[in-house]
Amino acid sequence: MKNLKYNDTQLSKELLSEIKEISLSLGDVTIMEFCGTHTHSIFRYGIRDILPKNITMLSGPGCPVCVTDNRDIDYFLALAEMPNTIIATFGDMIKVPGSSKSLQDIKAEGKDIRIVYSCMSALEIAEQNPKKNVIFLGVGFETTAPTVAGAIIEAKKRGMDNFFVYSMHKLTPPAMKSILELGEVKLNGILGPGHVSTVIGSDAWIFLPEGYKIPIAIAGFEIIDILLGIKALLRMIKDNTPAVVNTYIRTVKPKGNKLAQDVMYEVFEVTDSYWRGLGRLPESGLKIRDKYEDFDAKKKFLVNTSEISENRFCKCGEVIRGVISPLECPLFKDVCNPSNPIGPCMVSSEGTCNAYYLYGARL
Amino acid sequence: MCLAVPAIIKEIDGDKAIVELEGVRLEISIIFTPEAKVGDYVIVHAGYSIDIMEEKEAEETIALLEEIT
Repeated sequence: MKNLKYNDTQLSKELLSEIKEISLSLGDVTIMEFCGTHTHSIFRYGIRDILPKNITMLSGPGCPVCVTDNRDIDYFLALAEMPNTIIATFGDMIKVPGSSKSLQDIKAEGKDIRIVYSCMSALEIAEQNPKKNVIFLGVGFETTAPTVAGAIIEAKKRGMDNFFVYSMHKLTPPAMKSILELGEVKLNGILGPGHVSTVIGSDAWIFLPEGYKIPIAIAGFEIIDILLGIKALLRMIKDNTPAVVNTYIRTVKPKGNKLAQDVMYEVFEVTDSYWRGLGRLPESGLKIRDKYEDFDAKKKFLVNTSEISENRFCKCGEVIRGVISPLECPLFKDVCNPSNPIGPCMVSSEGTCNAYYLYGARL
Repeated sequence: MCLAVPAIIKEIDGDKAIVELEGVRLEISIIFTPEAKVGDYVIVHAGYSIDIMEEKEAEETIALLEEIT
């Protein structure tokens, strides 16, 4: 397998000793890993424990389920309660609590909620159930949005009238900008998302060194990939030469995947979007264009939702911004855990709280 | 959610392909990588290939590793 090389123990040791050497000439350094999949890889490989003490890894907002706002969650929960409806969703969404319940609770009440691996499977469910309305919950960043757009184009081609998408898709660069503009956390470097960048390209991150003088290293998800990314960042921090470094060249190109971008923007247009923890961010979400409005669940089904309520002790918003560690949340572990998640950061397999719980993180 | 895995293409039929990953076969769409061929490694996300991992690029990464380390 090609990936074997990226788990090589000897290479890991060599990279780590170089990281240690560079860090000797640095003060305290904080690196944010944007992506939730990086957070989990970093824990799985024990990277936090083996890094020099002056290097801190901070988890960022790169978990689409975690940043989904309660107003969206309540809306799709109301959609799920409609008669004659099948909800198709990625598995991570099932347990996410809204103001009063989750999809799992609604499923237990007898509603038809199905987990799918791909939006195309939702399309097939719609074909097999012509008398039902099938609504796919479109959640995800630029990696996922083109796949959902592809399914919508296919539905139009097939002339389907019972397949809909509730779009909650979000764009990653505005979230990164927001974290930097807020200035709550002092960051010296960003470990950039791998598969988001496969689609949008490494050039999409040039605003970080140019506008904020902060270096970014786009990295893959194996131990070698992550150490290589951290090392590239430390070198740029040491030399004060902020730039975009792509250490995941086996799948990330400067301009990304143009075809995937074209399909995404054929179906979606950029809009303002609400993010948990970050609030309303301009031009940070994707809504379905009028041309494809027949497939837009937001336009097709108007449902009433009661006032949004959130557990006031849940610190998911602060965790998403990197302001606190999950260990500082009063609910962590005893009250909030994967069996009984209070907030989405504990539910999602990319959530920071979930990673801290799973890998038994300590202060 | 941005999890994506490399898998090898076993069969192609129009814009659909059968890929294999550690013995598991899966049908995916290759509309974002129309130039993909049988035997290519593709990065698969949510039922779509989002990139072809070319041998050359994999080698470049390895070269980069060896150069940096």
